[in-house]
Amino acid sequence: MLAATVHHGYWNLQTLWFFLIVVLWIGYFVLEGFDFGVGAVLPFVGRDVEERSVLIRTIGPVWDGNEVWLLVAGGATFAAFPGWYSSLFSGFYLALFLILVALILRGVAIEYRNKRPDAEWRNRWDVVLAVSSGLAALLWGVGVSDFVGGVPVDASGQVTANLLDLLHPYAIFGGLTMLALFAFHGALFLSLRTAGELEARAKATAARLGLPAAALVVGFLIWTYANARSNGKGLVPGIVPIAAFCLPFAAGAFLRSQRVGLAFTATAASVALIVLTIFLNLYPRVIVSSTDSALSPTIWTTSSSHYTLTVMTIVALVFTPIVLLYQAWTYWVFRARITGTDVRTPLTQH
Amino acid sequence: MSSLDLARWQFAVTTLYHFLFVPVTIGLAWFLVGFQTAWYRSKEERWLRATRFFGKLFLINFALGVVTGIVQEFQFGMNWSAYSKYVGDIFGAPLAIEGLAAFFIESTFLGLWIFGWDHLKPKVHLATVWLVALGTTGSAYFILAANSWMQHPVGYKINPVTHRAEMTSIFKILTNSTLIRAFGHTIAAAVLTASMLVLAVVALHLRRRTDVQLFAPIARIALWTTLVGAIVTMLLGHTQAQLMTKQQPMKMAAAEALYKTESGATFSLFDIGPWQRRPNKSLVSIGLPHFLSVLADNNWNGRVEGMNDLQTQYEQKYGPGDYKPIVGVTYWSFRVMAGLGILAFALAAVGLWLARVPERLERSDRFNRIAVWGLAIPMLANLSGWLFTEIGRQPWVVQGLLLTKNAVSPTVSAWSVGLTLAGFTLLYGVLAGVEAKLMIGAAKAGPDGAGTYEPKDGQEAVGVPALTY
Repeated sequence: MLAATVHHGYWNLQTLWFFLIVVLWIGYFVLEGFDFGVGAVLPFVGRDVEERSVLIRTIGPVWDGNEVWLLVAGGATFAAFPGWYSSLFSGFYLALFLILVALILRGVAIEYRNKRPDAEWRNRWDVVLAVSSGLAALLWGVGVSDFVGGVPVDASGQVTANLLDLLHPYAIFGGLTMLALFAFHGALFLSLRTAGELEARAKATAARLGLPAAALVVGFLIWTYANARSNGKGLVPGIVPIAAFCLPFAAGAFLRSQRVGLAFTATAASVALIVLTIFLNLYPRVIVSSTDSALSPTIWTTSSSHYTLTVMTIVALVFTPIVLLYQAWTYWVFRARITGTDVRTPLTQH
Repeated sequence: MSSLDLARWQFAVTTLYHFLFVPVTIGLAWFLVGFQTAWYRSKEERWLRATRFFGKLFLINFALGVVTGIVQEFQFGMNWSAYSKYVGDIFGAPLAIEGLAAFFIESTFLGLWIFGWDHLKPKVHLATVWLVALGTTGSAYFILAANSWMQHPVGYKINPVTHRAEMTSIFKILTNSTLIRAFGHTIAAAVLTASMLVLAVVALHLRRRTDVQLFAPIARIALWTTLVGAIVTMLLGHTQAQLMTKQQPMKMAAAEALYKTESGATFSLFDIGPWQRRPNKSLVSIGLPHFLSVLADNNWNGRVEGMNDLQTQYEQKYGPGDYKPIVGVTYWSFRVMAGLGILAFALAAVGLWLARVPERLERSDRFNRIAVWGLAIPMLANLSGWLFTEIGRQPWVVQGLLLTKNAVSPTVSAWSVGLTLAGFTLLYGVLAGVEAKLMIGAAKAGPDGAGTYEPKDGQEAVGVPALTY
């Protein structure tokens, strides 16, 4: 793994793919971030089964499409950086297992909850949805922090971490940050997508979450900066983290002045910039080795051949804009606020 | 057990489980396309009811297909990191393309289909279900492209420095001869599976005499698609077997329990070997002389290679080792798959024979009772097919290039694999129970009725009722 010290410049396919994967992660966290958040604040905003039906309905048409961003991020990492994919996925083994369990339970909870009309059945799945959403948000925060926080890596570039290596204080702080930020993001989403009493309660929940989320983001980014300074690698992100920690405060201010759309945009941008900060910090490494910084695998040591990267570039440039167009169209189609009558139409058993 | 054994068990459990849902999704999506298109063109309400009813079953099934699919993508990296590193250049590309070009379409447009009844124009809404079906079918193509490369690697070179496989032609990988046949075979089998699911549900209602007017014509449609699905699956399976004789002769020889190379080889009907993983002779063997040669090579006296001779050849080529798969599993999974295919064909033929006379099919309690249980036929056939495909390739994970034992993650302990194996098995088991209960409940409840519906809470039914979700 000696290539780490060689500078290859920025105009190459490896760098392009590194940032395409960053875009996929940003897409995943911005989109699924709010539906994790909706799940996590479900018990606080929705007081009974019917109210929770309305809340879940806001993400009903889109959550599955949001989750595909993760599958594509995983697939793209596999295709463009097999060394990164194999080291990361086998190294974060039990953490990923827990994430998978949370994602499975979450998907099933959303899909199965409305398949039967009885309240007890729905109550039970609502608990599953809330817990699994919160857990998934927390675990992703831990996982992403571990990318830059450093994990043990052996001479062949394999992560050799056990579960406890992944749960160091910085990563746990990152997990809590993501959980709070996603909950805030989700509560704002609900404020945009519901009406009446639920809207008021969603706004109140968002207002309560705003400050803690913003404080955690500041703390997390300062910690990240301190880490980055101490090992002196990666791009210096400058304006990116500063904007990332200003935005949650801005979101709180927008919310107070009833500009919820702007508030939601601000949390979305904050999530995006936090993810960007982490990956800029990482570049050109793909995992930070806590054993010896020279062992950190990089985009150069883990990438696919030039041919595969070229093929994948063409595929990505053709399909990504199309995906963005039709997913945006979906949000447009379902732009109307959801109310009780939407989930009470006779033949539906929402 | 070593982490290798546990990882193999985990792959078997999670993959077979995932594939319980996949063919139903693919096949049923096309049924929905058919029903909704019929409704759009004829404006007959019964097709709308059929769309909604089978749509509900589709969604219950789809949920588990999706969530177990994430595990599929992740476990290559988690349990098989050496494999992932070795083949990522090639294997990762179709997986990524699948997500970007097919699964995004499927998931996004399914959301639009479920919730878009009141939001979209009928024509646009119809287009969403078409896109779901095309997306699922496209997914199958790219996933099978990845799998076919493991069966028959093409369009690659081995990098002499890194010793990894590298892609030289995406075109060759996407037009792999193995892939073309496997895709047709899988899609036909998916249509067959969904047809027999539809048939089972319909038979349930015919027996109870509920909604006979709706279900009787659907029974006939499902019988025809079962028949055609079975024929196409078997014909393509036959061409696959012919190709396999050339590309993976060891797998084919194991499927036929053929130990010695023969000209005018016997097609085995029944065979028992010594109770060993990799025996080298049969104890009891009943078969049709020359038939295997005809099937494999279209030639009465064609030469078909036997396992013992292939073993010698492979030892010379790849060095010492055991190159036979587990013969018993390979042989019997192949027979179970093919036998069930024939059974599906027979069931459909009998049903169509009954259906010639008005009301005879509808009133045949015996046939309809069998048809309900007939759902087990394609399910077991699908599982046997994958068992055969994957076990028959052993000891290779990529035929001729990488052995399974060298593919496993070196850094993951047996404890970790065992823990996740237990976790997935438990979780999957519980979810299977919930899923079965929901499916049976929804199937028995039948379609939301025309005129049978009573508004609750004093509400009026307005417009087209939203699909149950």
